[in-house]
Amino acid sequence: MDAHGPHGPYTTIMAVEYNGGVILGADSRTTTGVYVANRASDKITQLTDNVYLCRSGSAADTQVVSDYVRYFLNQHTIQLGREATVKTAATLVKELAYQNKSFLQAGMIVAGWDKYDGGSVYAVPLGGTLLRLPFATGGSGSSYLYGFLDQAWRPHMSKDEAERFVVKSIALAIARDGASGGVVRTVTVNEHGAERNFFAGDKLPLFHEEIPPGRNSLLA
Amino acid sequence: MSSIGTGYDLSVTTFSPDGRVFQIEYATKAVDNSGTVVGIKCKDGVVLGVEKLIPSKMLLEGSNRRIHAVHKHAGMAVAGLAADGRQIVARARSEASQYLSFYGEDIPIKELCDRVARYVHLCTLYWWLRPFGSATILGGYDRDGPQLYMIEPSGVAYRYFGAAIGKGRQAAKTAIEKLKLSEMTCREGILAVAKIIYEVHDEAKDKAFELELSWVCDESNKQHQRVPADLLEEAKAAAKAAKDALDEDEGMDAD
Repeated sequence: MDAHGPHGPYTTIMAVEYNGGVILGADSRTTTGVYVANRASDKITQLTDNVYLCRSGSAADTQVVSDYVRYFLNQHTIQLGREATVKTAATLVKELAYQNKSFLQAGMIVAGWDKYDGGSVYAVPLGGTLLRLPFATGGSGSSYLYGFLDQAWRPHMSKDEAERFVVKSIALAIARDGASGGVVRTVTVNEHGAERNFFAGDKLPLFHEEIPPGRNSLLA
Repeated sequence: MSSIGTGYDLSVTTFSPDGRVFQIEYATKAVDNSGTVVGIKCKDGVVLGVEKLIPSKMLLEGSNRRIHAVHKHAGMAVAGLAADGRQIVARARSEASQYLSFYGEDIPIKELCDRVARYVHLCTLYWWLRPFGSATILGGYDRDGPQLYMIEPSGVAYRYFGAAIGKGRQAAKTAIEKLKLSEMTCREGILAVAKIIYEVHDEAKDKAFELELSWVCDESNKQHQRVPADLLEEAKAAAKAAKDALDEDEGMDAD
């Protein structure tokens, strides 16, 4: 076991636009090699009151980037006299990611709500591209989701529909990706603010050949 | 109005006993002696106008522009030393461009004004720099609507409904105050600004002048641009007619 090995991009993160805001979702497993270093980590970080960030890749890199961006946005908000837009937050994340591309291993998704563009999702993958999308996914678990998202995503979902959609997607990724697991955390951001939610293993939908959770013999 | 600051006016880093920095006041004199520059904020945009004095008949028409585009949504009219003004505009353009690169959005006009004012003020703090001998009127249109700012050589900047600098500023300010700006559209504003500039132009002291007009308003799609040629001609004609009528009236009174 190599506790000092790379904490890889082994994760599932996503964000979707819905009718009135955005929903960010992530799994909670952090691994070093095959050891699960943290089974309840929080990969969704707050940048401002109205903008959140999903982090995948090197935890250290993404934490530092999000700290810098939070600092810049804080100053920017004070100087501007109003809350920063999601586009500005995403541009700042992109600047750091692109200008330091040779040092960083960070795949991030910036999502939030502002009064000019409503709910917006911006993907900033490795290399520092900035891409606005109606939905985005990242991390190792994302590979298993592209087809599902292409088929199942629809515009103008309601809040509940969108949340179920996100939870189902992460659960699907957790089912197949060994590096993703634990619980599903979601953050919903709209004009009323931001709301965190948490779905423990037994609340997640089950798929093909998954064993239902419940008491096992050791606990009896 | 003018006072001699003997001994206290040699450096911009020296205060006079009554708390004045004479070098900055002298810089302002350079602005006061230049052609009039006028800016007004109408209900749907901003209009900038310049009385560009033509020192020589050999100058090509339209050269030595005094109104400059700073960004898509903002422009600046310059009074005072032209070369100094060019530097200020260059800095404004650079600030606007960098803001867009860094934040992904167009710079808010208030922020642009703050940055330019800070730069102008910076040049009043060191003995090895001289203050800018020019003032600029900044007009722009952003998410908070149309705005008009003026930045003076001291680095002070205020937001205005109407502003005037240069030779004819007193008369221009009086004329602006008579306008009902909150009800005026930019189309009407163009005619008003042209009239004011023709009015304050002193034909005895200065010879020829060229009128430069620009606007940023709903009609121009919130972009800063020179007033279209046909509107410019219309404004010039109306202004000239008004001036001629005024001169006639004065002629009659003299009799």
